[in-house]
Order: sequence, then structure tokens, then C-alpha cells
Amino acid sequence: MTLEVRGLTIRIGDRTVVDDVSFTVPDGGRFGLIGGSGSGKSLTVLAILGLLPDGADATGSVLLDGVELLGAPERRLARVRGSRIGTVFQDPQTALNPLRTIGRQLAEPLRLRGRLTRTATRAEAVRLAGLVRLPDPGRVVDAYPHQLSGGQRQRVAIGIALALSPGLLLADEPTTALDVTTQAEVLGLFDRLVADAGASLVFVTHDLAVLAGITREVLVLSEGRAVERGPVAQVLAAPQHPVTAALVAAARATSFGAGEGS
Amino acid sequence: MIPGWAREVLRRPAGVFGAVVIALLVAAAIVSVFWTPRDPFAADPFQRWLGPSAAHPFGTDGVGRDILSYVLAATRTTVLVAALSSVVAALVGLVLAAIAALGPRWVREPLAVLIDVLIAFPVLLIAIMLSAVLGSSLGTVIAAVGIGFGVNIARVSRGEIRRVARAGYVLAARASGLGPVRTLLDHVLPNIAPVFIVQLSLSAGVAVLSEAGLSFLGYGAPPSRPSWGRLLSDLQDYVTVHPLTVVWPGLAITLSVLAFNLFGDALREATDPRLRSRRRIAR
Ligand SMILES: Nc1ncnc2c1ncn2[C@@H]1O[C@H](COP(=O)(O)OP(=O)(O)O)[C@@H](O)[C@H]1O
Ligand SMILES: [Mg+2]
Repeated sequence: MTLEVRGLTIRIGDRTVVDDVSFTVPDGGRFGLIGGSGSGKSLTVLAILGLLPDGADATGSVLLDGVELLGAPERRLARVRGSRIGTVFQDPQTALNPLRTIGRQLAEPLRLRGRLTRTATRAEAVRLAGLVRLPDPGRVVDAYPHQLSGGQRQRVAIGIALALSPGLLLADEPTTALDVTTQAEVLGLFDRLVADAGASLVFVTHDLAVLAGITREVLVLSEGRAVERGPVAQVLAAPQHPVTAALVAAARATSFGAGEGS
Repeated sequence: MIPGWAREVLRRPAGVFGAVVIALLVAAAIVSVFWTPRDPFAADPFQRWLGPSAAHPFGTDGVGRDILSYVLAATRTTVLVAALSSVVAALVGLVLAAIAALGPRWVREPLAVLIDVLIAFPVLLIAIMLSAVLGSSLGTVIAAVGIGFGVNIARVSRGEIRRVARAGYVLAARASGLGPVRTLLDHVLPNIAPVFIVQLSLSAGVAVLSEAGLSFLGYGAPPSRPSWGRLLSDLQDYVTVHPLTVVWPGLAITLSVLAFNLFGDALREATDPRLRSRRRIAR
């Protein structure tokens, strides 16, 4: 699916936290959104979903395959979420409901949309668990989130986002909270699954090194403003803006530290 | 079949104690409707202040009533008040908490202040004020405990709802297309349930104590309804002469309050999978 964000501006009270941001993700294309903490990345993602927090107000335009989402009625947005836009958020600690089994949560989007029988729902949950490479899918669906590691939980979150084969995926720092090895594993899996699904992708991170393996195009956000954009390789090689330069330096440090190239 | 959570409750000594005492209370309440060893209200001037015996296991009081029969009959009042005030407290607490946590800002903030103000009034004081206005009846006790404790539940639950509403899985549920009301019912409320259940069992305990206290003070249960609290007040003038008599209603009140509190604790632990099993899935 094509995503077009035009002149997106988000205000909280009298603060402008995202200021006139525009970017386009072509059908099947990938786009990176990068910036330091508080630069407005998450709010941009939430604005696309129509899930901005209380008190935040968005203007501009968010077009999904040419259809306006910004200010669309809640009923229509609810249908778009999950089925056409899948989302993975940052924190694997709280990304899953502690009271529900993994299988139930994997199958939640399906149950919400279709009337599957119990056996069909379970079979689908097991399939998704296998898809995201969880160990022993037939058994893991009966486990509770606290029995899984952070990386495994994030795999479940990816499975939930992919459950309805959405045409667009939003990933808001999906691997930030994970240790380096797990991060690489989960990223590899995510990369492959998005490619297999042929979905468009918006990938949010504060780590250029992570982004380099995932997307080609990147937009650099700083205090809500787009300060630089272009191919990741070019931005890495010759950053134009001081904020970008700092991100590049940080990326160099982490990728040397982690002993993995980008 | 016993559901999993019930088995978990009964695995804990506190749960067993609570469940047994509450079951006994309910059983006594039901049985006493149809049968008590003697007529709980029948005074017999020739049988006053008898000690425990086969005919009167708990003895008799100053007008010659059989204390065992009276204590059993009063269980009805206790169970009724505990159940109904908990229902009222649960509804008042949940509705207030949901609005105060998630409503629009102009409702949310004044309501939070109102809740804090109302909490400053002890339940017993609210009940006495209500009784003064509405006259004393069990309905007044139920309303007073329901509202008074409901406000307590609201304050605790409000914080919990706000905490849980910020959790990733709530946002994730919205992002997979679940509406706000379903998200509240499916994901937020179940996750505040442990706190809520404890509050509710505390409220049942407070209800028992309040009914007894109010009836002791002459509010609360009308004379036609047997009540542990009023029995205590009838006996109190003679406590130095016949100390054993006050033991029975006192014991009944203490055990009931304790049972509700312990049962609530066990239920909270049993309904939370994080407290239940720490088994991990192999990597
Ligand atoms: N619910 C909120 N209320 C007030 N300010 C917020 C809220 N959410 C985010 N902000 C502010 O908006 C800015 C952008 O936040 P965010 O998009 O979360 O940043 P990022 O994801 O890039 O770290 C930050 O300055 C943050 O403090
Ligand atoms: Mg963020």
C-alpha cells in the first residue's frame, strides 16, 4: 500500500511537537524515520494510526492508497487498524497482556474480524507462532507472556501485527529494548517477513546502524522537524545536518562496539 | 469441574479458611430462614442468663432468648448487607474510577478531587448522617457502605486504570483495531481485577463491621431484624457479670471480617498468572 504523509503537524497544548513533516512510502516500499528521543517519531506513528494521546492535535494529511485517514471517523479507522496497517511498538515488557495466553493474543486480530471456530483460531495461532519462529509453536501458544523472553515476546508482537497480512507495517523501535544479539535475530526475521508479505514499511529508530540493514530511504527528525532526508548510505557517508552527524557518530560507535557491520 | 482459579484459592490456607467461613455464613443464613434450634426472638423470663448447655449451646441472654438461634438468624442480615453493599461499592467504584481515569479532562480532574474529599469521611460517619436523614434501615447501611467504600475503590482503581491504560498492550490492542470500550473491558479491567478483588473483599469486611457497629449504636438494623451488633449492645451492660455471652457475637463478627479479607487475598493471588507460575519456555 502507498502511504503519503503531507504537512503533518502535531500540537500538544501550545507546543508544536511535530512540525510540517512530509514523506511518501510507495507500494511495497520501505521508509526509515530516525531521530533522537523526543524528536516526534512515535507521535508521527500514532498520528498515522489515529491514536494520538489525549490533548494532541494533528493537522495535515495522511493518505493510505489515496484515502484520507487524518480526521476520519473512528469506525473507519478501527477497520483500517490491524487489517491494513499492522504495528509493532517498542516495549516488549508490556507489549502483551500478562493475563492472556500467547495463542489468544496472536489470534486476537483474527477473532476480531472473522468468526473462526476454536480449533481454526488455535491452528492459526500455531501457524503465526511458527511464522515468527517461536520455539515449539504447538506448546508456546498456551504459555503466558511472563514465561517468554523479551525477544520471544517481540516475535509475538510481530506475529500479531502480521496476523491479517496488512499492506503497511509500522515499526516503532521494535528492537530497541533488546540486547544486541537478540536484536539482530529479531531484525533479520522482521526483515524477511516484511519482504515475504510484500508489505510497505515505516521503520522508526534512533539507531542509524539498525536502519541501514532495513531501509534505503531515511528521514531525520529533530525536535519535530524534518532536518535531512535521502538514501541511508548517503546520509551515513556525508551527513549534512549536525543532528544527523551525531546520529552517524553514535551508529559508528555501536556497530564497532557490537562487532557487526552495516 | 472446579475452575482453575478456584483450585488455586483452595491451595492456600488463607483461601481455605476464607472459603470455609464464607460458605458457613451463607449456609447458616439460608438454613436460618427455615430453621433455627429455637425461635430467635422468643423471650423466656425463666431461662435468663443460662450458661452453655445441651439445650442452649451458647447460653441465653437477659430476656431468656437462645443466643445460638439469634446469632444464626443474624447471619442473614450480615450476608445480605455484605453482598449488597459490595455490589453497590463495586458499581460505584468502577464507574467513578473509569470516568475519573479516562473521561474528558474537564470531568476527570474535578471528579478526582471530589473522590479525595469524599474519602475523608469515614464510612461510619456517612452511615450515621444518612440514617439521620433517611431513618435507620438496612438500606441506609448498604447505601452508606456502598458509596463510602465505593469511593475508596474508585480512588485505588483510578490509579490502576491509568497505569494499565498506559501499558503497551492497551495501545497494541487499539492498533489492531479493538474499540475503546472493548479495550477497556478486555484488557484494562481484567488487569486491575487483582486490586479490585482485594478492595471488594475488604468492602465486604467493612460492610460486616459497619452493620454491626451501626446496629450497636442503635442505627442500622431495625429491631425486627436480628443483628450481631445489636445483640452486642444488648449484652454490653452485663459484660462484667456474664462475659461469656458477648464472646459469640464478637467471635462471629471477627471471623467474618477476617474471612472476607483472607479470601480476597487468596483470590488475588490465584487470579494473577504472574503470581502462579514462573516456568519459562525454553529458548
Ligand atoms: N502524551 C503526551 N503528552 C505531552 N507531551 C507528549 C506526549 N507524548 C509525547 N509528548 C512530547 O512530544 C514530543 C515527541 O514525543 P515522541 O513522538 O514520543 O518522541 P520520540 O518517539 O521521537 O522519542 C516529546 O517532547 C514528548 O515529550
Ligand atoms: Mg518513541
